[in-house]
Amino acid sequence: MTATATSARSDLSELGRSETALRTFLHGLPGVDQVGAEQRAAQLGTRSIKTTAKAQAIDLAIRMVDLTTLEGADTPGKVRALAAKALRPDPADLSCPHVGAVCVYPAMVPYVAEVLRGSKVHLASVATAFPSGQAPLEVKLADTRAAVEAGADEIDMVINRGAFLAGRYQEVYDEIVATKAACGDAHLKVILETGELATYDNVRRASWLAMLAGGDFIKTSTGKVPVAATPPVTLVMLEAVRDFRAATGRQVGVKPAGGIRTTKDAIKYLVMVNETVGPDWLDPDWFRFGASSLLNDLLMQRTKLTTGVYAGPDYFTLD
Amino acid sequence: MSERVAVRKTYKLYIGGKFPRSESGRSYLVQDANVSLASRKDARDAVVAARAAVKGWAGATAYNRGQILYRVAEMLEGRREQFVALGVPGDEVDAAIDRWVWYAGWSDKLAQVYGGANPVAGPYFNLSAPEPTGVVAVVAPERPALLGLVSVIAPAIVSGNTVVVAASPAEPLAAITLAEVLATSDLPGGVVNLLTGRISETAPTLAAHMDVNAVDLTGVGDAELAVELEVKAAENLKRVLRPAPAEHDWFADPGVTRMTALLETKTVWHPKGT
Repeated sequence: MTATATSARSDLSELGRSETALRTFLHGLPGVDQVGAEQRAAQLGTRSIKTTAKAQAIDLAIRMVDLTTLEGADTPGKVRALAAKALRPDPADLSCPHVGAVCVYPAMVPYVAEVLRGSKVHLASVATAFPSGQAPLEVKLADTRAAVEAGADEIDMVINRGAFLAGRYQEVYDEIVATKAACGDAHLKVILETGELATYDNVRRASWLAMLAGGDFIKTSTGKVPVAATPPVTLVMLEAVRDFRAATGRQVGVKPAGGIRTTKDAIKYLVMVNETVGPDWLDPDWFRFGASSLLNDLLMQRTKLTTGVYAGPDYFTLD
Repeated sequence: MSERVAVRKTYKLYIGGKFPRSESGRSYLVQDANVSLASRKDARDAVVAARAAVKGWAGATAYNRGQILYRVAEMLEGRREQFVALGVPGDEVDAAIDRWVWYAGWSDKLAQVYGGANPVAGPYFNLSAPEPTGVVAVVAPERPALLGLVSVIAPAIVSGNTVVVAASPAEPLAAITLAEVLATSDLPGGVVNLLTGRISETAPTLAAHMDVNAVDLTGVGDAELAVELEVKAAENLKRVLRPAPAEHDWFADPGVTRMTALLETKTVWHPKGT
């Protein structure tokens, strides 16, 4: 893998200037061994993490959660409650850490910002005509600026899958660059929507494209299509950020989102992070879970470890 | 021609409508058979399955639940010889089938007998309706293995509860065979979950589990363990049925207390105008 990257090292920053150069580079990336990636991901899911290691993993996973609500039915009251939960996920246990961030639609950002002010919990907002990304560029950029002005310090953008799948890499690249500029100081997470990219090769190409264009995080999915984050897809993306750092020295974060509901799943992802990219990424600044129901399961497992008694969902908030 | 080798049966647990081995991989030898030795994780999995089944089972119409329970009785009748071959006396099998039918008949009568209109002062209709408690953990009596088991399962599920049952450790084969009957009787998976193995291992987990709403300690023979289980159950105010006295006659008329102990009463005030 790194052979291609290293030879391209000097001119990686030049790639965005021409469609041909981008295409040559992205299609020059080695293909993903599908069977190998799936087998490796499945194998990493068989580790047994128990007792103190499990307790650490749960606390780390809680700190990595982007507590998300992206529904048409979101109300100021609902997102305020969610933000309060983000600050203190388990009111019965003060030793429980806060989550990584709250993730909402731009219109809901001001209400969340009120609650989170002064805390270390980040405020993420989806933007750029989430979830489809099918809107004119000006609209997407206005969406982004509005979210940042309202107080979001992380922006989750969607790439233009239509353009990507049609091979118009330059267009996708330019959109990410423009959105990054519109973000200002806010961190930019680039959603690849891997469920629509069809192949692991495309996932690898989209990952590199997003990183080359300046994304601070690459994120698997919007959670709005049937196939969301899967372990093999996350593995391919983790390899991409590892190779990108080796090639450029810049570290990019990864955020699997959608479909991660249990503590067991979350711990499998943490194992994969540790084994693929190492402990540098085992931090909420570099790895996040986009999830809503995962947090309650983490809290129940945490309660089981601290009290020795299996917890029930009746004792945790619904959202 | 070589002599045919019979297929030997492995007796497994019954969780969520499936027959898994114990997660721990353990088994124990009893009644000349290998039977799964359930661990506390199996108990946890069983509670998850039971909880998932509550919505559908409690939400089914009383008539529908009754029909399914009658169907169980039909299937039991067809397996009569199999139970006898496992060492269950014929009259006990017959009593178990009759008991099942008796409880099945209660499904659409409970609300009428134990609910109703309450006379109140003021312009209201005041109605009380019995509802299921939720997930019930049951320790089945040691003996009689089949009649005792039926006598604790049927009254719990007839009203819409789902159960996790710790079967008799000494005679589990009848229990697993009953699970095979349940699995082929239109009873939704997860309504009855069956664990075989040591009571001292599974019962404390179930009694302490915060997602269990009631515990039926009928089969707990050890008085000290019974106290421990009651203490654990108190943590989230589970309903508790105390252990049955050793001399309890399982063939006698069971009465309705086992059913009514696992009901919650919902009372509704409805304005009726002048």
